[in-house]
Amino acid sequence: MAEQPANSTVGGKKATFPLVLGLDTFGDRTNTVSGQPLSHAQTIRNVVEEGVLAEQVGVDFFGIGEHHTDYFPMPAADVVLASIAARTQRIHLGSAVTVLSSDDPVRVFQRYSTLNAVSNGRAEVILGRGSSIESFPLFGYDLADYEQLFEEKTALFAQLLQGGPVTWQGATRAALRDQDVVPHLEDGHRLPTWVGVGGSPQSVIRAARLGFALMLAIIGGPPARFAPFAALFQQALAKYGRSPQPVGVHGPGHIAPTDDQAREQFWPHWRELIRLVAVERGFAIPTEESFAYETGPQGALYVGSPETVAQKIATNLRTLGATRFDLKYGAGGLPHEALMTNIELYGSEVIPRVRELMQE
Amino acid sequence: MTNATLPRIAVLGAGHVGPAIARLALAAGHPVSIATSGNPGDLALVTQLLIPGAEPRRGSDAIARADIVVLAIPLHRFQAIDADALSGKLVIDAMNYWPATDGRLPPPFDYDIGTSEVVAERLRDADVVKTLNHVGYHDLERYASPPGSLDRRALGVAGDAPDAVATVSTFIDRIGYDAVPVGALSAGRVLQPGGPVFGAVLRRADFQRAVHSPVEQQQAFRVAEQNYARSA
Repeated sequence: MAEQPANSTVGGKKATFPLVLGLDTFGDRTNTVSGQPLSHAQTIRNVVEEGVLAEQVGVDFFGIGEHHTDYFPMPAADVVLASIAARTQRIHLGSAVTVLSSDDPVRVFQRYSTLNAVSNGRAEVILGRGSSIESFPLFGYDLADYEQLFEEKTALFAQLLQGGPVTWQGATRAALRDQDVVPHLEDGHRLPTWVGVGGSPQSVIRAARLGFALMLAIIGGPPARFAPFAALFQQALAKYGRSPQPVGVHGPGHIAPTDDQAREQFWPHWRELIRLVAVERGFAIPTEESFAYETGPQGALYVGSPETVAQKIATNLRTLGATRFDLKYGAGGLPHEALMTNIELYGSEVIPRVRELMQE
Repeated sequence: MTNATLPRIAVLGAGHVGPAIARLALAAGHPVSIATSGNPGDLALVTQLLIPGAEPRRGSDAIARADIVVLAIPLHRFQAIDADALSGKLVIDAMNYWPATDGRLPPPFDYDIGTSEVVAERLRDADVVKTLNHVGYHDLERYASPPGSLDRRALGVAGDAPDAVATVSTFIDRIGYDAVPVGALSAGRVLQPGGPVFGAVLRRADFQRAVHSPVEQQQAFRVAEQNYARSA
């Protein structure tokens, strides 16, 4: 993990967190260069290769987001992360996100503390309430219970992280009484836990109240509008007597040698992806106009040459007082080869450039 | 600076949508209060940092003092709203039925009528106007612009009481959008998820064209609903 400090102000005190630059994937189903869809299995094997390359080119974190659809065939992120762990030594590995509402906090703790064991302390968890809802009916949860599920389960997860026997009672899973939950985290190992937030003030406050770090998922519109959320998070941490926690940003993008190449490669796949997702989530379908805005200096997409993307990351980290950025790379159908180039450029050019810009 | 002669606005809900509407109303000079069902200390913090200038209040206080009440809560929480407190009020319904956060709502929400009609049925003694629901919360502030701007965008307005529609239209114009009446509350179905203007931020002419021509997205939402119904 990078040791370069970056500053963040918490309740008047300066708290220092390392600058962390990572990658996220949802296991976006990839095509061959000639446009033929690859199998789910081959897509997953490719994600393992992408994670290994990420370490080789100096990326700090590799995250996999849980999804259960044909275009994101990625329900078991921890299994894929464990394969990457076996072939890497340094890179941190985590979920991005774990849909905790439709999972069992005890099992999530067990899977990620196991990942922590096999990776020798490199596991992290980003908890999400789930903006994609396919896991609810799949596992027999009722969306009407959405709020209560996330509230109770994040609180139990916070308790599990403290270690020691757990006593817990609630409406969303069986009660626990002095329950020893294994495997224990090794001495000196933490399981850094973040809450992914899409812009609900209540979710920001919940993350602070439970003492988790805050990951702002910014997938559309000007990232600068999230600056008050970072301030709200810091004030809420102080209000609830929690120790300082870092703020991170998750943003989608694609890097190629030139701005034009990046946009040309990304646009048709992005349009198609959002068209599919729009059906489920009610997003507006992107137009060339909206794409130009989102890839421009005010927008949420990190699409361009290494220099363009690095400038945008550094600007937004500063604006938001954040010390971590995770680029969500890939978009359904982009070939594995283009993703490997993206990762290579991110590690070898974008990351060093962002570090340089953040020191200025 | 707020202008005491402008209608006083109460926004119920401080999630994604409520703060955006509250900020627009404040910027236009309206006195604004905001209320939630949650922890009052948290609301004070949210107001101070996200909606500076607004007053955090208990729901009943906010409603009692307001000329216009904006419902910006998840629709599944609507049943918890005290209908009597809204008696005689002008109410903007900015809510949508969104299975991804509401789950499957019970009848009459799942009937084939507009959700604002269901809302109005429960708030019998209030004047309900549907607007502010069809532009995404992240777009609302970005596209707001003064009257007469070349690139000004439109918001549809639907309601049964002409005076209420007129008052709300003036409010919409003041906060940055051309108000385009689409008819009675039942005609407001055209502003709903899956409708031709949902999620789109259109100029007046394009808006008017779009509300008269159902498009692909309408079918798209139907598909999502069917998937949900099948798997739930």
